[in-house]
Amino acid sequence: MATRVLVTGADTFWGGRMVQALESDPGIDVILGMGTRAPSVPFERAEFVRADQHYSIMSRIVKATQVDTILHTFMITNSATVPRRVMHEINVIGTMNLLAAAGAAGSPVRHIVVKSSTLVYGSAASDPNTFTEDTPRTSPVKNAVERALIEAEGFVRDFSEDNPGTKVTVLRFANVLGNHLSTPISRNLSRLVCPAIFGFDPLFQFVEEDDVVRALVHVTMGGIPGLYNVAGEGRLPWSEVASICGTRLVPVSPYSLLNIRPMARLFDLPPELEDLLRYGRGVDTRRLAATGFTYNTTSAGAVRTFIRALRLRRQSGRQPMSYTYEHDVEQFFRHSPSVMSAGEA
Amino acid sequence: MASGRAVVGENNRSTAIVPIRIPAEDPEALEDPRLSDVDEWGRSERTRAVVRALYDPIYSRWFRTEWDGLEKIPTEGGALLVANHAGAIPSDAPVIMHGIEKELERPVYGLADYFFRTIPVVGTLWARAGGVSARPANAYRLLREQNQLALVFPEGTKGPSKSYTDRYQLRRFGRGGFVEIAMRAGVPVVPIAVVGSEEAMPVVFRLPSVARALGVPYAPITANLLTMGPLGIVMPFPAKFKLRVLDPISFDVPADRDRYSKSRIMDESEGIRNQLQDAVYDMLRDRRSIWFG
Repeated sequence: MATRVLVTGADTFWGGRMVQALESDPGIDVILGMGTRAPSVPFERAEFVRADQHYSIMSRIVKATQVDTILHTFMITNSATVPRRVMHEINVIGTMNLLAAAGAAGSPVRHIVVKSSTLVYGSAASDPNTFTEDTPRTSPVKNAVERALIEAEGFVRDFSEDNPGTKVTVLRFANVLGNHLSTPISRNLSRLVCPAIFGFDPLFQFVEEDDVVRALVHVTMGGIPGLYNVAGEGRLPWSEVASICGTRLVPVSPYSLLNIRPMARLFDLPPELEDLLRYGRGVDTRRLAATGFTYNTTSAGAVRTFIRALRLRRQSGRQPMSYTYEHDVEQFFRHSPSVMSAGEA
Repeated sequence: MASGRAVVGENNRSTAIVPIRIPAEDPEALEDPRLSDVDEWGRSERTRAVVRALYDPIYSRWFRTEWDGLEKIPTEGGALLVANHAGAIPSDAPVIMHGIEKELERPVYGLADYFFRTIPVVGTLWARAGGVSARPANAYRLLREQNQLALVFPEGTKGPSKSYTDRYQLRRFGRGGFVEIAMRAGVPVVPIAVVGSEEAMPVVFRLPSVARALGVPYAPITANLLTMGPLGIVMPFPAKFKLRVLDPISFDVPADRDRYSKSRIMDESEGIRNQLQDAVYDMLRDRRSIWFG
């Protein structure tokens, strides 16, 4: 049972959501958010520590706070967000340092949960229709984000073999759509026109934002080790995704990368989407379901949740500024003797 | 634990309610706002219905297809249908799929080389019409987990690419992978002997260098192309199609093993090949005319 939890990437979308989700569980005594920038969402009782992206102070933090669970959400699965080198630093070097700290002699860590992606399976014509967690990928690794994730998962696998006393969970999430998250897919779907590769209509499987958080909470609180795919029920062709979203598909020539490269820039298509737009990807989700996890949303439901939120954003005025992290204020509320109950500002 | 909590402003979207362990809704009652009927294999029954309507005149008027022993195909449960394969663009696959769907009203998934998926338009239509790439994992999922009928041609491209001078000489049955899959899935193999496909689109000669340049498995020059010009690329001759379903073969081995005896697999595979070859010869002995049967 997790009682002292460290969340990496607490300043990012997923880290912030995970901290908030864990805060509402009274069973957890200590929640520690780690991030490279100030958090973008308010934390009620979690402490925030600023650290560089490859966690050089990780082992000190782990020793000092005696955390029993590390929730590693800081994995870049979208190469459009950061430069290639930075992504390598974060995914590969960051994971490596995190595992080194967790595996040090006398480490208090008993459970590590890693947020990965179904990108590790790739996407190719030779793929089976459905990837189970044990199906190897059939195509060579072509882009940096997949390579980094595979490498990071490799470290996690080695760690799990070397440290039988520590539970290790890896969740591979399918493409996420939902109320808030902005990804290349969601940005393309929110425009008037959306690229499709001429003559291809691949099947997509999506997972809804809240189901991502729920799945991570499920394995963290349940102490469930193992490797699991996480994706909503059902698959739908790209053309159907586009029509649910009310966007028009623009066919891009399927031949020659010369045609795709400028298009990629024009349409905001990172390299990991090029093959996905041809062949799609399907994953088997029965293993996670067998641990007692149930989804609230299907693949098509995730698409609809996303487009309904987008319609609201389009049709309503600008929202007030969400939240600005102020270190002194947060420290005051947590540690000042004058504060009677934390967070009730 | 309540369903969540609001932080700061209620209407603040970026920090809105974060759900934690919401009691999951009844999975049966999950809303699934689908617009199309494309299934996980990319198959669409609506597309299938259109294809059936378009193909039926070819099936019943052009090829005048006749079945023998259709009752041997199981009406429920998975089964692996295995047939001989011929003609540059083989008509045996659509004829078998159409015939079984028409007569038995059971969907048939046609397994073929994943090369099809790489061709724009063709790959998509092929999938919508019930084509699946011939991966062992796909066959297992169809047969074992979904109890479907799957059609496979163990000769692979060696069948359709052979020239007319080799007609009705069955090629090697791969590495017997189809037997292994049927064993693992615990389903019977149902052999189907086809006569007529060779003459529908005979391969006169092949252009290996063109095939290499185009990156396709084979580039045939067919009699159809020589007589009908460009129309011959898609237009088969009206050969009379006859199909004979042989007795289903069940393997007396437990399903879901990691490995099966390779020698047993090769023996069974060779046995099925011989049965099909004998049945084809037998049907040819009775055939008086290529065009009228």
